Amino acid sequence: MSVVVRTIARILLPIVFAFGGYVIMHGHLTPGGGFQGGAVVASALALVLVAFGEASLKKYKDLLSALESLGGVAFVVLGLIGIPFTFFANVLAGVGGLFGQSVPPGPNPGYLNTAGTLPLMNWAVGLKVIAGLGSVVVLFGLFGGEDDR
Amino acid sequence: MTVWAVLQVMTLVLIVIGSVLAVWLKDLLAAVLALGGASLLLSLEFYLLQAPDVAIAEAGIGAALTTAIFILAIRKTRRKEEE
Repeated sequence: MSVVVRTIARILLPIVFAFGGYVIMHGHLTPGGGFQGGAVVASALALVLVAFGEASLKKYKDLLSALESLGGVAFVVLGLIGIPFTFFANVLAGVGGLFGQSVPPGPNPGYLNTAGTLPLMNWAVGLKVIAGLGSVVVLFGLFGGEDDR
Repeated sequence: MTVWAVLQVMTLVLIVIGSVLAVWLKDLLAAVLALGGASLLLSLEFYLLQAPDVAIAEAGIGAALTTAIFILAIRKTRRKEEE
C-alpha cells in the first residue's frame, strides 16, 4: 500500500495492540473480555497484512497455529484445576498470589488483582481468538499466490 | 431524552443508507467501505443501547476484520462489478 497507509499503520499499531491487551486484561472488571480483545488484536494483524503486504506475516503462520492450540489447551487445563469441586470451579480466588486477592465487601471501583482463574481464562480465550482470527486473515491473504494487480 | 432519540434515529437512517449503498454501488471497493461504515454505525447504535460488550465485538469483527478480508479478496480478483 501507499506511504500514507504505512505511516498511519506504524502510528496506530502500538495503540491498537495496547487497547486489545487492556480489554483482555480487564475482562473480569469492564465490558469486553477474551473474545472482544482478541478481535481487536486480530484486526490489528489484518491492518499489518493490508498495509505491509502478505510477506510480512508469512513466517508467523506456524507460530499462530501453535498459539491457537496453546490457548485451547490452557483453557481446558485451567478448567480442570477445579475438578475436585466441579469442572470450572474457581479455586484460585481468594487464596493470594497472582489474581488471588479476595474482594472486600461493599461497593468498590474494581480491583484488578482478583477473580482467581477468570483473568487467566480470559487470556487463554484471547490467545485462541488472536491466533484463530489472525491465521484466518493470513491464510486468506496468502491464498492464490502472488497478487497480479 | 429528545437529543438521545434524534441521535438514535440519525444513526439508524445512516445505517440504512450505508447498507443500500453497499448493494447499489458498482465499484466493489466503495461498496465494501460503505458496508464497513454501516457496521461501524451499528456498533455505535449498540453502544447507544447500552450494550458496550456487543459494540466492541461488532467494531472488531464487523467493521475491521470483515472489511480487511473483503479488501484482500478484491485485491486478488477484479475491482469493478460486471453486468
